[in-house]
Amino acid sequence: MSFEALRIELNVNGETRPVEVEPRTSLLDCLREQLLLTGAHAGCEHGVCGACTVLIDGTPMRSCLMFAVQADGYAITTIEGVTPGPGELSPMQDAFCETHGMQCGYCTPAMILTAHALLANNPAPTRAEIVDAISGNICRCTGYAQIIEAIVLAAERMRRLNQPASQP
Amino acid sequence: MSAPSKHFRFVATDRRVREDRRFVVGKGRFAADVAITGTKHVALVTCPYPAARIVRIDKAAALALPGVHHVLDGRELAAATSPLLAGLDTPNVPRRPLAVDVARYAGEWVAAVVADTRALAEDAAELVEVEYEPLPFVLDGEEAYAPGSPLVHEAHASNVLLDRTFVWGEVDKDFAESPYRLAFKIKWGRSSTVPIETFGVLANWDPWHEILDVYASIQMPRFPDQVALALKLPGSSVRVHNNVDVGGSYGVKRGIKHAVLAGYLARRLGFPIRLMEDRLENMRGGDAHGPERNFDVEVAFDDAGVIRSMKIRALDNVGAYAGRSPFQLGKPISAIVGPYRTKSVQYQAIAVTSNKTTQEAVRAFGQSPTNYAIERAIEEVAWHRGLDRLEVRRRNLIRAEQFPYLIPSGTTYDSGDYHAVIDKVLARADYASLVAERDRLRGEGLLAGIGIAACLEPSGANSTFEPLLNPKNETTTYSEGCRITVDVSGAVTVNIHTVSAGQGHETLVGTVVGEVLEIDPDRIRVVRPDSLSSLPSQSPVGSRMAIMLGGAAFHAAQKLKAKLIAIAAHDLNIPPERTVYEGGNVSDRATPQTRRSFVELVTIAHRYFHRLPPDTEPGLAFSHIIQVPTGGKLPTSDGRVQMYPCFAFEFHLLLMTIDPDLGKPEISRYVIGHDCGTVINPKIVRGMTMGGIAHGIGAALYEEFAYNPEGQLIAQTFMDYLLPSAHEVPEVEIVHHETPSPHTVFGQKGSGESGYLGAPAAIASAVNDAIRPLGLRVNSLPIKIAQLGDMIAAAKERMANSE
Repeated sequence: MSFEALRIELNVNGETRPVEVEPRTSLLDCLREQLLLTGAHAGCEHGVCGACTVLIDGTPMRSCLMFAVQADGYAITTIEGVTPGPGELSPMQDAFCETHGMQCGYCTPAMILTAHALLANNPAPTRAEIVDAISGNICRCTGYAQIIEAIVLAAERMRRLNQPASQP
Repeated sequence: MSAPSKHFRFVATDRRVREDRRFVVGKGRFAADVAITGTKHVALVTCPYPAARIVRIDKAAALALPGVHHVLDGRELAAATSPLLAGLDTPNVPRRPLAVDVARYAGEWVAAVVADTRALAEDAAELVEVEYEPLPFVLDGEEAYAPGSPLVHEAHASNVLLDRTFVWGEVDKDFAESPYRLAFKIKWGRSSTVPIETFGVLANWDPWHEILDVYASIQMPRFPDQVALALKLPGSSVRVHNNVDVGGSYGVKRGIKHAVLAGYLARRLGFPIRLMEDRLENMRGGDAHGPERNFDVEVAFDDAGVIRSMKIRALDNVGAYAGRSPFQLGKPISAIVGPYRTKSVQYQAIAVTSNKTTQEAVRAFGQSPTNYAIERAIEEVAWHRGLDRLEVRRRNLIRAEQFPYLIPSGTTYDSGDYHAVIDKVLARADYASLVAERDRLRGEGLLAGIGIAACLEPSGANSTFEPLLNPKNETTTYSEGCRITVDVSGAVTVNIHTVSAGQGHETLVGTVVGEVLEIDPDRIRVVRPDSLSSLPSQSPVGSRMAIMLGGAAFHAAQKLKAKLIAIAAHDLNIPPERTVYEGGNVSDRATPQTRRSFVELVTIAHRYFHRLPPDTEPGLAFSHIIQVPTGGKLPTSDGRVQMYPCFAFEFHLLLMTIDPDLGKPEISRYVIGHDCGTVINPKIVRGMTMGGIAHGIGAALYEEFAYNPEGQLIAQTFMDYLLPSAHEVPEVEIVHHETPSPHTVFGQKGSGESGYLGAPAAIASAVNDAIRPLGLRVNSLPIKIAQLGDMIAAAKERMANSE
């Protein structure tokens, strides 16, 4: 039933966070309840909907299917970690606002993390590549069109950011 | 109240949605995010049988676990609370959060365990031993309707909750005079909206203030009243917090039984109580399934395919208990002939109980299944007469010059130009080449079909189906309120009084108030006070908020503007007619330099009583509670009534290919024409429509709460209940048309259910067009890949054998 709590250290958003968890505590519950990082959401808790997605060493993973103790030693990034600062938005977050790539906002943090991971590896994804990348994140509100547009827009803007202001 | 002008400053411009900023950074405030120190958690013990007598509940082992505080059973809860409110007058079908003595569906909640953590509560729930005596059960709606069926509620002496036949117009005569008739049966399978956030509630009782605070992911009319009634508390002792974000609802987040259960436990135990469904609880015992409807349709028509009359029998299998779900047979009466000129209709509406999960309101509240039935009828008529499906629709459609148009069931459609919308869609899709492409694909040996659907979205919900289906209910309003205050510094704050689930209500009222006051909507604060500080609200149901909340905000802002003008006129000593209002400042038309600025007017209102017009209250605070346009009347004795003020139109056109070996459908082109009058926020309306189509694709092809013959729900996870992913939803092109409604402040109609109204019918149409060459027809939804593959294989075998 109840188990002795284990003391572990998690690397979350670049900070080392000591936590005490039961072996059975999911990473999702640990992030939400102990570290108060509530941007990760429980949807199905069986690995299908993707609402709990966080980045583990940059790769989107289901935090509901991972025990907190398994995350020890990895770099965990949550939506709070990609937000530049109070009142500020990352280019991806801003693009989601520009296209209204959400409605209820419940799947949104996970969707944005997945999109961040995609662009980190592929700065100019095709529509098909975007669809593939987000196909593990279920959105019930939007039908995905404005989400895909947000990722296209963010990719464009981020590519431009990396260009010199004027070509010689 | 009609649209004054087409010229808008902020309305209909492509503005950002203000809610989005908090969601993209993970700072939405969902029910599970609300934290109160000392909260205890609930897990549920559920019945494994579709029907069973509860003989004994042994709580000892669960209670012995350290950290477990209580095991609540149905008897204890029933002794302290009233049954939940039912829509129909069915006192012998009581609905309660926990089963009392008899459980009526597999998954029904039998006991609730309260513990320090959710995990511990689940451990303890497994230790609660319940002895059951299985009872006979019934799953099928028609069987439940037939005499001799096992009774779900013995005291009710029947499974029938509602069985009423309406006849509007001269149905018998029209049938007798029509040269052709045909009849068919179709079925809409049990699915739902299944939001990604399950239902959650946090309840906290303060015994010194005697207030129950409720934080819940709700979308329910009169939720605070219903919680108070069930808990036998005065309404002023239940404080529902509206500033909770809802992680998707689309109708189903009613959560009344959850909230009553948590509220009772919070009072009984003195702890804050959280009940957050897990996915299984949500899908099986959350009482959130959608319509499961059998149709028997008969149509009478002429040589040209013009339908004169229609008989529809609709039987809803509502599951074990009923709240408002039987009313889902009522809403379709508002558009019972769809966009067509059918002269007379007979409509038999039947709601029966069965030993399946209880239903709740689902997006479109029963209209989408009925639209599917009407569209199937059109196609059957076309095939019967050997006519083109599109042409038959054209011949039956109401024409633009016929509006306002009175349909047989007593509703007058406000406005529309259906042919114009269809023309636009055909032009965008290049219909001739779409047909050529289908034929080319067929030539390659594929199954290809074009899907077509035309339908209406009744919007601006009033509740007229309540008095229509329950004569003891005389409700004739479905009001919505809005309050605007301007503080001494001139800052404008708007209060709205409902919870939102992604519909963008804050953006809506910011835009509307900004439009009226001529000030930047981004400068207008929008807040959601709790229910004790709120004006009446019926929550965002029935595509009503653009019309109702938008309307209330408009009128409250007009009152503010009128007071500013009155103060200025008095202070400038000119008649109000001579004033010019511009962006909050008021000037004298004769000498424009003579003016009072917004800040001056606000100062006068708040501080300079001596400069206010006589008999004027100080301060600037304005409320408006709006009645549903065209509403207010009770139904006639033959069941005619105006339901819903506004009717949006949508026309779907798509090309689908079906893999002839696998049965896998793929949509290669999807164009929708949409007319919801004036669009207040294009981003929001587009999103609603796209999302509605995706949901419709799910309902048509993938999603079903299937039961096995033993009465067990067999779609209990997202691996069995398939929500469309980005792979299943095609690119959709939207073609806009705008026929303003004469009944609303800007000409807007509702769009909250758009896309979903017609997508299932359109997909069924495409599938049937694709498989017709094989002599096949599908008359039930969802049309699953495996079923389609089997049908195609069998048909091919038959054809091969007969060659």
